[in-house]
Amino acid sequence: MSTTNTIYNNGKTAELVKDDSTSSASKSVYDTQQLNLWYGDNHALKNIDLDIKQNEVTAIIGPSGCGKSTYLKTLNRMVELVPSVKTSGQILYRGRNIFDKDYGVEELRTRVGMVFQKPNPFPKSIYDNIAYGPRIHGIKNKKILDEIVEKSLRGAAIWDEVKDRLHENAYSVSGGQQQRICIARALAIEPDVILMDEPTSALDPISTLKIEELVQELKKDYSIIIVTHNMQQAARISDKTAFFLNGEVIEYDKTDTIFSNPSDKRTEDYISGRFG
Amino acid sequence: MRYIEHDNVVRRMNGRNLVNKLFKSIFLLATLSALLALVILLYQIVSQGVNHLSFDFLVNYASRFPEQAGIKAALVGSIWLMLVVAPTSIILGVGSAIYLEEYAGKNRITTFIQMNISNLAGVPSVVFGLLGLTIFVRALALGNSVLAAGFTMSLLILPVIIVASQEAIRSVPGELRDASYGMGATKWQTIVKIILPAAIPGILTGSILALSRAIGETAPLIVVGIPVIIQFLPKGVMDTFTALPMQIYDWSSRPQPEFQQVAAAGIIVLMVVLLLMNSVAVIIRNKFEKRY
Ligand SMILES: Nc1ncnc2c1ncn2[C@@H]1O[C@H](COP(=O)(O)OP(=O)(O)OP(=O)(O)O)[C@@H](O)[C@H]1O
Ligand SMILES: [Mg+2]
Repeated sequence: MSTTNTIYNNGKTAELVKDDSTSSASKSVYDTQQLNLWYGDNHALKNIDLDIKQNEVTAIIGPSGCGKSTYLKTLNRMVELVPSVKTSGQILYRGRNIFDKDYGVEELRTRVGMVFQKPNPFPKSIYDNIAYGPRIHGIKNKKILDEIVEKSLRGAAIWDEVKDRLHENAYSVSGGQQQRICIARALAIEPDVILMDEPTSALDPISTLKIEELVQELKKDYSIIIVTHNMQQAARISDKTAFFLNGEVIEYDKTDTIFSNPSDKRTEDYISGRFG
Repeated sequence: MRYIEHDNVVRRMNGRNLVNKLFKSIFLLATLSALLALVILLYQIVSQGVNHLSFDFLVNYASRFPEQAGIKAALVGSIWLMLVVAPTSIILGVGSAIYLEEYAGKNRITTFIQMNISNLAGVPSVVFGLLGLTIFVRALALGNSVLAAGFTMSLLILPVIIVASQEAIRSVPGELRDASYGMGATKWQTIVKIILPAAIPGILTGSILALSRAIGETAPLIVVGIPVIIQFLPKGVMDTFTALPMQIYDWSSRPQPEFQQVAAAGIIVLMVVLLLMNSVAVIIRNKFEKRY
């Protein structure tokens, strides 16, 4: 329907987002209701209820294996690439259940960009990496592609570093730069939400700082959901924090509250490093 | 208490180094003996065949008289054969590999198919010849044409191409697939734009090595009924033809000693063709050199 057409109505979606954010900052992007997920017999997500707001950074924390990545991959249905996965419950993205039979995954994924733990640029030039998304969605015009590439690289705060080497292989830059190229690649499809799964865990402190600053910048235009093992990072950059444990959401609240005054003992134990 | 006694370690070091050196020499010896056999073989063939090798040899048809015998029909025939085998086997092989790796689920049937493909790679080539004779020559009435022989050879090398392509596809990192799907690419777009470009060096190297096997195979051609003495070139895929290994086999089984030289010259030509094909494989591998 009209949804696919709006993606490249340059800037229109971004404008829309801005208008909403001034009127009501609490509009929800993702409303997860009673979500359960199984990998075969392994019950990995249990009765998850999470209401994720627009133009906020939502951090997901919790010990290894508690289901953070699984939840993130459920939000853009990447988790369905694992053949044994079964789900129940619903996730409303902008009011529509993403598990609906007629909801196309490709459509969902052009609205929800993803950045992975390990920088994973394609073995192509930097330019072709960024242009990949627009191209698969049908943009052929060289001038428009040039513009998207520049805009996305600027958006990911990497333009100045790579503008003279756009046609070099994306693997010829440092790991931290590669990760920002991957962020730029996600921005190039002009998404509404950006999912990040431990985006800085493979990076040095300086690159990490750059990406954290970038996240702050990006939340003006996008809603960001970020998985992190780094408590300070969650505290520094997020507005809300969800604490996962054994596939359940133990606590979900304002980041300040979670870190200064958690209501659940297990949350407190985890953030103070007593287990995990 | 300590588990590692450092004094002991130092004392035993000499013995360990000796064993290390010993195995190094054994492996070196193994490599050298293989190399030696190859050198002797090459020397024998080249010294026998080089006298007969000339431009005339390449442009003459086969003959009863050894000094006039040429390899034209066989050389051109082998090229025709490759023109059928290469597209047929690569298209079918890569297609099957893509299906098995990217589309087929992991269930009993696909495991069974997979197992059989690996087994087929070990079936003797005569058996493929018989299959070709029954299906292509007789049932489909293609006769002993380039097409029938080409299809038979394609079947023969198909398992090798499938397995090589599967391995190449499997070695494409999963993160690249994730990145592509994560941006809303369909499976087909991901295959065409990400997986195949990354897998192509492996696929082509495997395919060319399989093709060089096909160009040297004799048994299936004999079974399919490809003639040896031919005084014309095929004009199309429905014509009959002869191929390099057939011609060489025929020459080497003749009683006159002169024909042994002709056979050796033929082997040199075949080896040059193989060498050319393998160099193409190496060039492709280097050209597409990838980084992850
Ligand atoms: N592809 C898969 N197939 C089967 N089980 C899986 C798969 N991926 C994850 N799991 C299981 O689901 C549970 C949650 O895993 P998940 O990767 O979501 O944890 P995580 O919170 O992201 O952990 P980490 O912090 O180590 O990344 C684990 O028990 C894990 O073993
Ligand atoms: Mg994880």
